[in-house]
Amino acid sequence: MSKEIKFNEETLALCHKMMKRYPEGKHKSAIIPILHIAQAEFGGWLSPEVMDYVASILKIQSIEVYEVASFYSMFNLQPVGKCVLDICRTSSCWVRGAEDVVKHLEKKLGIKAGETTKDGMFTIKMVECLGSCGTAPMLQCGASYHENLTLDKVDKLIEDYRTAGKQRSYTDLDYKNTL
Amino acid sequence: MGRKLLIHNDKVPNIHTLEVYRQNGGYASVEKALKTMTPEAVVEEVKKSGLRGRGGAGFPTGMKWSFLAKPPGVERYLVCNADESEPGTFKDRYLMEKIPHALIEGMITSSYALGAKTSYIYIRGEYFYVARILETAIEEAYAAGLLGKNILGTDFSHDCYVQVGAGAYICGEETALLESLEGKRGNPRIKPPFPAIAGLYGCPTVVNNVETIAAVCPIINMGGDEYAKIGIGRSTGTKLISASGHINKPGTYEIELGIPVEEFIYSDEYCGGIINGRKLKAVVAGGSSVPVLPAELILKTDKGEPRLMTYESLSEGGFISGTMLGSGGFIVYDETTSIVKNLYTFARFYHHESCGQCSPCREGTGWMEKILHRIIEGHGKPSDIDLLWDIQRKIEGNTICPLGDAAAWPVASAIRHFRKEFEAYINHPEKIKDAMPII
Amino acid sequence: MPKVTIDGHTIEVPDGTTILQAARMIMDKGEGNGENIAPPTMCYYSKLKTSGGYCRTCIVKVSKGSEKDPRPMPKPVASCRTNVMDGMEVQNITSPELLEARKGVVEFLLINHPLDCPICDQAGECHLQDLGYEHGLAKTRYDFKRRTFNLIDIGPYIKLHMTRCIMCFRCIKVADQITNHRYQGMLFRGDASEISTYIEKAIDNDFSGNVIDVCPVGALTDRTFRFKSRVWFTKPMDAHRNCTKCSGKVALWLKDNEVLRVTSRKDKWGEAEEWICNECRFEKKDIKDWVIEGPRHIDRHSVISANHYESLAQLKLDIGKQQKQLNGKS
Repeated sequence: MSKEIKFNEETLALCHKMMKRYPEGKHKSAIIPILHIAQAEFGGWLSPEVMDYVASILKIQSIEVYEVASFYSMFNLQPVGKCVLDICRTSSCWVRGAEDVVKHLEKKLGIKAGETTKDGMFTIKMVECLGSCGTAPMLQCGASYHENLTLDKVDKLIEDYRTAGKQRSYTDLDYKNTL
Repeated sequence: MGRKLLIHNDKVPNIHTLEVYRQNGGYASVEKALKTMTPEAVVEEVKKSGLRGRGGAGFPTGMKWSFLAKPPGVERYLVCNADESEPGTFKDRYLMEKIPHALIEGMITSSYALGAKTSYIYIRGEYFYVARILETAIEEAYAAGLLGKNILGTDFSHDCYVQVGAGAYICGEETALLESLEGKRGNPRIKPPFPAIAGLYGCPTVVNNVETIAAVCPIINMGGDEYAKIGIGRSTGTKLISASGHINKPGTYEIELGIPVEEFIYSDEYCGGIINGRKLKAVVAGGSSVPVLPAELILKTDKGEPRLMTYESLSEGGFISGTMLGSGGFIVYDETTSIVKNLYTFARFYHHESCGQCSPCREGTGWMEKILHRIIEGHGKPSDIDLLWDIQRKIEGNTICPLGDAAAWPVASAIRHFRKEFEAYINHPEKIKDAMPII
Repeated sequence: MPKVTIDGHTIEVPDGTTILQAARMIMDKGEGNGENIAPPTMCYYSKLKTSGGYCRTCIVKVSKGSEKDPRPMPKPVASCRTNVMDGMEVQNITSPELLEARKGVVEFLLINHPLDCPICDQAGECHLQDLGYEHGLAKTRYDFKRRTFNLIDIGPYIKLHMTRCIMCFRCIKVADQITNHRYQGMLFRGDASEISTYIEKAIDNDFSGNVIDVCPVGALTDRTFRFKSRVWFTKPMDAHRNCTKCSGKVALWLKDNEVLRVTSRKDKWGEAEEWICNECRFEKKDIKDWVIEGPRHIDRHSVISANHYESLAQLKLDIGKQQKQLNGKS
């Protein structure tokens, strides 16, 4: 990893501000928001070193961070592509063609669900219901919901993401103001 | 047209801003409650309204509030459950995205009633952009003196925060949600104690669904008695229904509790009928956890009476021939749908979302998924149907939290009402056709 | 003081007593008409706070809630985490549907268990073996591949064999409550959950070895005893030494005069009477380190509870004489 595992001062200050939203001594509550930031800042996944760093900010034991990070499906514990395509596969999306979307993407990107393209651009990740059942089928990439998908829409989406070439994170909506 | 109390203004331009929201009567319940009512009086109105929890369990909200312990010198909390993850449910997302102030207003009024100085809105991590909308609304409310110290010049002070989750259905269970909010794994707690006695950080806590909290505003504005006049029997007021599946007009609808299911499915005001003029096959009426019912039983009860959109009518007939209103996640399946394959998507879901804490759910959900996978792949055994039945029966009621029941009921109901379809899969695997194309 | 009736046996217990504790009290008083009415437990441990409630083997049927509110409870409850109320009536072995539900729990615990008892050091004193034997089905209905994990060495003394784990959380609670630093935890979720250190780390604490004693199965075993002997070929002896870290009161597991293993002394419910330190457990394997008090009666219903060694001729020797003999030998 080329980047040193350390937030800049502004982000660190934000973490400390967030930790104050909870009562005295209960700052561990900030672990999930901080892990979201860490995942966005350090390449889209949480390495043990990153998790140890989060533990040091929260002044808790590393294992407590591993326990939490490994429980929630939005945290990646392995390297992923710049754009993780979270495709919903649950009932409402399934009946409206989610399997077609997956097959199309697998063919287009030359990878299977769960894999990352060789260029490190895309990862296909199957997820469960994202609360977009009325606008199925859908996929999420970063903070964006892409709904009422058709194969044409999927093609365009891939081209747009590829052209932009940026890492997409759940926190893309300027988390410095959020959280 | 039925009455709407929650999303009647959803098409008003910029209703997400405080200015427009207030121009349309927003924050009236805060004004009324904080300036003219005691907290006890607010609780009383909610009790009178007959409001029931809109997250799925349908427990009377006023009663839940009155259980809140109030030991002197101990903080109390209101936590909003915005973890909406029940498959088929997206109404909270719609409400928060379109009219975020409706939730913030409800948070303030409810916190006043409960004596909570701090509240948290726990929202599922995937709804990050919605969290941002709520944050903006909260900032506006602080700036306008609706949050913070001495709200509207009264003695009541309150802070409200948004907390994001990170992908776990189980965090919709209230004690798992509290664990997650405390920065831990989302493992449900063993009850008792209930959150009303020892909830967030060990303090008395009320956890309510987004829609429940938003419904407190019209209740205070119109009075509990007036609210209770809407609906039928113990199903009072309006309810947001998330409609999805094979219908012409999927989306979020606010209904007066009590309209016939048939009207909801076929009227142009709501779902607009089945897509491509196909026939209705089955409905999951209240989110993936509730029993699936075949067309004849969802439209009419086994007594031949029209089935209504109420807690009572939908559960008429118990689990033999009824279902539940649940979260209002209304998924419609047309005649081309394979119930077995659909059940597989549910079983996979519960397996994926089991927290792993207690043995029946941890082991049983995976086992059921494996058997269903074998069946849809054409390798099912004749004994698999009875085995599935027995496994779900041994999960149900024996787990720490309701996820076990939620995993069991879809399996039980699918076998109960569609056994022949399972047999067809097992006996004639060569005939399996269960692909569902984009429409 | 509330009165509770379990399977027809009534007992008065202090406030805050759980159904499980009340059932054990009935058994301790020698009642139960020769039947064991104490529900089986896999995750509950009386000496660990907040333990219990997870495995669901101790579920019971509450057919009457209390004198005040006689309604039955709608679902079976975990007896280890449910307090008795005055007038409560509980069915354990007298309820066929409860026994059927428990059979289901046992089956769930076993479907992913490797059943590698022939090569497992825990065999013979394994609570899952007892449970399966007493409450389970003779054959399995599970015909899928079982879950497996890699073996992990947690430092020089402890072997973690996650494949055998039933996720009772006891070892995590030991680490939380009796050591000052927790290295292992519950990772991932659902049936992919595992006890792990995540990145390999040695547990460095004087009392870490107690995780072995609380483990109900062979998931955490003593590396110094690994494959040395089947437990039923060893002779448990109460023994003690002067120890600065713990009470020094232990059970030694001998083969001839060789100390194969040191553990805490376990009570009739299989729980450690006192926590012991790692020095006593792992580093004092010379018989001369110990003062032997006498044969330990193993009051569990598993194979070693036959207590065959108590009648062996050589053990009928005066203990002092035996000690002298042994000391003289080495």
